[in-house]
Amino acid sequence: MSDQRDPSFALQAQGVSKRYGPVAALDVISLEVARGECVALIGESGSGKTTLLRCFNRLTEPDAGQVLVDGENVATLDPIALRRRMGYVPQDGGLLPHWRVGRNVALVPWLCRLADQTGLADRALRLVGMEPAVFGRRWPGELSGGQRQRVAVARALAAEPHVILLDEPFGALDAITRADLQATFQQLRAELELTVLLVTHDLHEAVLLGDRIGVMRAGRLEQIAPASELDAAPATAYVRELLRRSKVRV
Amino acid sequence: MTGSSVALLLAVLSGAAPPLAAQEIRPVVVASKPFGESYLLAEMFARLLEGRGFRVERRLGLGATEIAFGALRSGAADVYPEYTGTGLLAILKQPPSSDAQEVYARVAREFRDRYGVRWLPPLGFENTYAIAVRRETAARHRLATLSDLARVAPMLRAGLTPDFIGRADGLPGLRRAYGLRFAEVRALLPAIKYQALAAGEVDVIDGYSTDGLIARYDLVVLLDDRGFFPPYQAAALVGPGLVERLPGAVAALTELSGRLDVETMRRLNRRLEVDGEAAARVAEEALRSLGLLESGNSAERRDPGRAGFFEYFWEQREALARLTARHLLLVAVSLAAAIALALPLGLALERWRGSAEAVIRGVGLLQTLPSIALLAFMIPLLGIGTLPAIVALFLYSLYPILRNTYTGVRDAAPEAVGAARALGMTPRQILRHVRLPLAAPVIMAGIRTAAVINVGTATLAAFIGAGGLGDPIAAGLALSDSRMILSGALPAALLALMVDGALGAAERSVGPRGYRAPIQPA
Repeated sequence: MSDQRDPSFALQAQGVSKRYGPVAALDVISLEVARGECVALIGESGSGKTTLLRCFNRLTEPDAGQVLVDGENVATLDPIALRRRMGYVPQDGGLLPHWRVGRNVALVPWLCRLADQTGLADRALRLVGMEPAVFGRRWPGELSGGQRQRVAVARALAAEPHVILLDEPFGALDAITRADLQATFQQLRAELELTVLLVTHDLHEAVLLGDRIGVMRAGRLEQIAPASELDAAPATAYVRELLRRSKVRV
Repeated sequence: MTGSSVALLLAVLSGAAPPLAAQEIRPVVVASKPFGESYLLAEMFARLLEGRGFRVERRLGLGATEIAFGALRSGAADVYPEYTGTGLLAILKQPPSSDAQEVYARVAREFRDRYGVRWLPPLGFENTYAIAVRRETAARHRLATLSDLARVAPMLRAGLTPDFIGRADGLPGLRRAYGLRFAEVRALLPAIKYQALAAGEVDVIDGYSTDGLIARYDLVVLLDDRGFFPPYQAAALVGPGLVERLPGAVAALTELSGRLDVETMRRLNRRLEVDGEAAARVAEEALRSLGLLESGNSAERRDPGRAGFFEYFWEQREALARLTARHLLLVAVSLAAAIALALPLGLALERWRGSAEAVIRGVGLLQTLPSIALLAFMIPLLGIGTLPAIVALFLYSLYPILRNTYTGVRDAAPEAVGAARALGMTPRQILRHVRLPLAAPVIMAGIRTAAVINVGTATLAAFIGAGGLGDPIAAGLALSDSRMILSGALPAALLALMVDGALGAAERSVGPRGYRAPIQPA
C-alpha cells in the first residue's frame, strides 16, 4: 500500500483492519477527513464505527493498515500526547464525579501544564453556554444530563484542539435537549473551524451535523458521501434501505 | 511500591517489639498455663522472687503445654509450673511409668540434656488426672473406681478436654488400660466442662485431683484402681537462660520445693476457684504462712472476693484501662502494618489483573487458619509476647483490605476512567486521581472490617503472652469466674463498636464530596 501523506487531511485511515477473535470489527477501511470537515459515521451497534473512531487516538490498535493524524502515522506517536491534543466526548460524558465542573473542564490544560488553566476552562464553559461563575463550582452529580454533556464538550475543547472525536455524544438525551446541543455544536464548529469525526446511530443527527456521512456495516464502509448524494445515488441496497426507513419515520 | 512498604512494615514491627532486649538486666519472666492451679503456682513463684528483690514480669495463662514450653525453650519465659507426667508423656513422648521418683529422675536428666531446661525439686504434691462424675451418677451405677466406670461407660457421655482426648496418658491410654468405651465423647474446654457436667449435658469429665471445682460441684472422683495415670509431681520448670543469668533467682525458687502438700494445694485451689479470691492474694498469704515471705511489708489490698460485677469492674478499672491501652496498641500496630502492605499491593494488582485473583486467594487462605494454630506456629519463629501476636493479627488483617482495595479500584466508575484515558491521562494518573479517590470508601470499608476482626482476634493474643483484654478472659475461663471474663469481654466488645464507629466516620469523610459511591458498604 502506498503511503499517501497529505497534510490537508486532518484524519486518514488507510486499509485499516481489526479483528476480535473471529469477528472482523474493521475490514480494510479507508477514510479521510479534511481540515475543518465534519464526517459522521453511522451504522448499527457492532458495525465498527466506534472501533474506527478509537483508532485515531490509539485507544484501539489496528491489526493492519495505517492511521494518520495531521499526516503523521499515529503508531509513531506517543499515545498519551496524541490523546491530549485531540478532543473527545463519550456518550455518557465521562465526567470525573469527584471533581467540580471547573476542574473537569481544566483537565487537559492541566495535563499539558498550560498557562492559565482556569481561564481556558472558563472560556470553554462560555463556548457551550454555561456561565463559569454559576457552574464552575458545581459537582457533576448536581447537573442535568444535557448540562453534563455540555460540560463534556467544554472539556474536549478547553485545550483548543483542532480535531475532536465524538462518540454518540448526544445519544442519551431527550429530543429537545439534543436539538439544543446539536445547535450549539453546529455553531461552535463553524466558529472554531473544528475537524470532527462523529459517531452516531441517528441519521438525522448525521445529516444535520455531517458534511459527509459514512455508512458502516459489519466492519465495512458501505458508502461515504454528502447526504444528498447518499439519497440520490445509494451505493448499496443497505444504504438505500437505511435512507428509506428514516424518511418513513419522519 | 511493595518494596518500600515491606521495609515500612519491618520498621513498624521492630519498633513494636518489647524493649526487653535494650535492657541490661531482664526481669524474670514467670509464665503459667491457663488453669487455676498453674496461675496460683506462677503467682507464688513471682511473689517469692519479688520478695527476694528480683524484678518479675508475669506472662500468665499461656495457651497450653506446647506454647508454655515453647516459650521456655526459646527464652521468652524463664520459669513456669509443670508436672513430671506431662513432661514425660506430652513433651518427651515417652511411655508412662508409675514410679514417681523414676519419672522425676528421667525428665530431669532428659530435659537438661535435650533442651538445657531444669526441673527444680518437686513442690511436694501430685496433681493427677481425676475422672469425675456427678454424685447421683455414682450412686445410681455404684461407681467407685475406673473399672466400675468401664462397666457402664457405653451408657454414658464423656466431656473431655481436647488435650486429654489426644494424649497417650489420656483417653487412648484409658481405653487400653480399662477398655473404656463411652456412648459419646465431646471435646470441652476446661472452663466449661464443670458446668456441662453439673447441668447434665455430659456424665463424665476429666479434672485434676487438686481441683477446687471438684468440691464446688460436689463431684465423685473415681479411683485409678489399675494405677494407669503416671505420677504428676508439680515442679518449677526453669529455662536455660535463667540459670546462667540469675542463679540467685533459681535458688529462691528452690525454697518452695517440698513445701506444698496435696491438702494445702487443694485448700488454696478452693480459695481461688470456689471462693473467688484473687490469685495474687492467695499466693502471698500461702507464702507468708510457709514463712517464705516477710509479713506485714505489703499493704493489704481489699480483695473483691465474690463481689458483684460492677464492684469488681470498678476495683479493676486501672488494670483494665492498661489492658485496653495495650489491646489498642496491638490492634493499631498490626492494622497499620497491614494497611502499609495490602493497600499498595491492591493498587499494584489493578495493573496486574492476570495474577490478582491468585494472589488475593493466597492471602485469603491465611484467613482460614485457626487463630490459635497460627499463634502456636509463631512460637518457634518469634517466641511469645507482642511480636508474634502482632504478626498474627497483621496476617489476619491483610485479606479484607487487599480484597476491597483491588475490587474498589478495579470497579471504580468505568465511564469516568474511560474518558480520563481517552483525554490523555497516564495509567498512573488514572490510578492516583480517578480510581483511588473513587475507591476510597470501599477501601475504608475493608480497613474497617479488618479492624473489627482484629479487635476480636486480639483477645486470643493472651494465650501467647501478649497481654490485652484477652488476659482477664483467659484467666476468667481458667478460674471459671464470669466477672473476670466479662471484665475483658465487655471492654473488647465496646472497643470493637468504637473502632467500627470511628472508621465508619472516616469512611464517610474520605468519600469524594458531591459524589456518592455506587457500592454502599453494609
